[in-house]
Amino acid sequence: MGLTWMNYLARNRELGVGLALLLGMIAFAVIGGLLVDPQNARPLSARVLQPPSWALPFGSDRQGRNLFAVITTGTLLTLRIGLIAGILGVGIGAAIAFVAAYYGGWVDSILRSIVDIGLTVPNLMILIVVALTLRQGMTVNVMALVIASLAWLYPARTIRSQVLTLRERAFVQIARLSGTSGPGIIVKELMPNLLPYLMASLVGSVSAAILASIGLDVLGLGVFEAPTLGMTLYWVNFTGAVINGWWWWWLAPIVVVGILFIALFLISIGLDEIANPRLRRQV
Amino acid sequence: MPVYYLAKRVGIFFLIVWLAATLNFFLPRIAGDNPVAQKVMQMAALGGNLHAGMQDMVKEYQSKFGIDKPLWKQYLTYLVDMTRFDFGYSIANYPRKVSDMILEGLPWTVCLIMGTTLISFVIGNVLGAFQAWPRAPRWLTTIMPPLLAMSAIPFFLLGLILVYVVGFSLQLAPLYGGYTAGAIPQWSWSFGLDVAYHAVLPATAIILGSLGGWALGMRAMMVTTQGEDYVTFAEAKGLSDRTLFVDYGMRNAILPQATALALSLGQLVSGAVLVEIVFGYPGIGTLLFQGIRGSDFFLVQGIVFLVIVAIGLATLILDLTYPLLDPRIVHRNA
Repeated sequence: MGLTWMNYLARNRELGVGLALLLGMIAFAVIGGLLVDPQNARPLSARVLQPPSWALPFGSDRQGRNLFAVITTGTLLTLRIGLIAGILGVGIGAAIAFVAAYYGGWVDSILRSIVDIGLTVPNLMILIVVALTLRQGMTVNVMALVIASLAWLYPARTIRSQVLTLRERAFVQIARLSGTSGPGIIVKELMPNLLPYLMASLVGSVSAAILASIGLDVLGLGVFEAPTLGMTLYWVNFTGAVINGWWWWWLAPIVVVGILFIALFLISIGLDEIANPRLRRQV
Repeated sequence: MPVYYLAKRVGIFFLIVWLAATLNFFLPRIAGDNPVAQKVMQMAALGGNLHAGMQDMVKEYQSKFGIDKPLWKQYLTYLVDMTRFDFGYSIANYPRKVSDMILEGLPWTVCLIMGTTLISFVIGNVLGAFQAWPRAPRWLTTIMPPLLAMSAIPFFLLGLILVYVVGFSLQLAPLYGGYTAGAIPQWSWSFGLDVAYHAVLPATAIILGSLGGWALGMRAMMVTTQGEDYVTFAEAKGLSDRTLFVDYGMRNAILPQATALALSLGQLVSGAVLVEIVFGYPGIGTLLFQGIRGSDFFLVQGIVFLVIVAIGLATLILDLTYPLLDPRIVHRNA
């Protein structure tokens, strides 16, 4: 069993490399987090603007944060926002999609209109107004919920179209003729067959949620006390670290964020191949 | 094009505009009694920048949206203001109107986004089409992985890297702003060149970040197109490679890409807003950033409303022109 998985990952290189990058980064954040006191991610825990050294592997920023502590805790915080918003988004989106596509009729047309209109509006703009309103009580979890409030739209649309094609398949017809109830068909027949697709959808949602959270952070709507990757980039931009030559300050967050997005991108390409075998090695 | 489809599509556009305005009106009011007026006071007290005219502004605001007015009346006033693009005064730069500030930044953003979208759409699609072309030069396939990697990364991250490599280390392009500080905006060659020079880095960041996506979509579509019978037939007829590639391949593969363009507009604008912040580009994005930093509620609301309306309008136009691109599309009552 283990060997066949390895073989598959060797063939589906995108998935293999993506998973390796993501797991490597999580391992770095977790192990690195054990080596350093997370409290050092706060300002004034080190001398300001120190380049990397043995004591400060990633150096320190202008407010005296230990950047190694910032990156390790920040990576996990950012992933947490992405996971909360992504899971909620796909969960709600899938529930709506199943109901809309399976029952059809006016339920479907109402839900579809809402989703279509919601997707025409640039999400970040809505999130900006919501985040600005909630600014006083903003925490990492609140931000995740704010992002989740719109994260279900895209999964709802894509999963719905998948359910629509699946609904007409013979095995679903047979289940229906055997007297399986609507919810029974959704849970027992449709869900298992869409599992790879739901996973791919989840990865896409997590990636979009992280992108949105970093966007809000960089705009100055993030949690100022939380050392997320986005807030680190906000400070980089705020202090002009790039044009002041403090390379260690921006290098680590950019590399980590870059690897994170590339890893999620590769995983979603790889999962697409599982979900849609016709794509396999076509090109 | 049937009137029914046109009416429905235009109706959806106005629905979006109305929803955006409604959201802007109710969200702050859910949070408190009259948070906007409170914010004005708070700003004045905290910042210490109590302008002489600030009192007038609060008074005018109270006369329009005061708590003595019923909510529905306030709401109607607000909707009327929105349809006239009257977003009130900027809190942080008091005597200035939000609409004037936006109008000043708008051309910068529109040019940046339209220019970069056009360039990346054309280059990306041509590159993608060649990816699927068996007789394409070898080197073309090797640039695909880096392009895809860059398309996965947010624009502004590429912007930061470009600032460091091209601007800071090589000193080939300016680091900041839309034109040299102190230059007077005017219609002249030297100022135009200065503006173009300053736009190079932000534009490159957006173009590099979007090429991969277009190329990937186009490659997939070209692969599908080349499997079609009419292409095999055209090949058997002995048509030239050029005709096969452009008229038979790309002409048909470009159609879904146009739909993709309409769908990705929102993300594109969001990405460009962040790029502007990195470069301090004098457009809507930087204005938005300033508004958020200064808790300038009216400015942020105005920009958000305008961007939503602009993207709704652009999507509407793209949707309505789509049948011109693809004559097979006939909008029926559905």
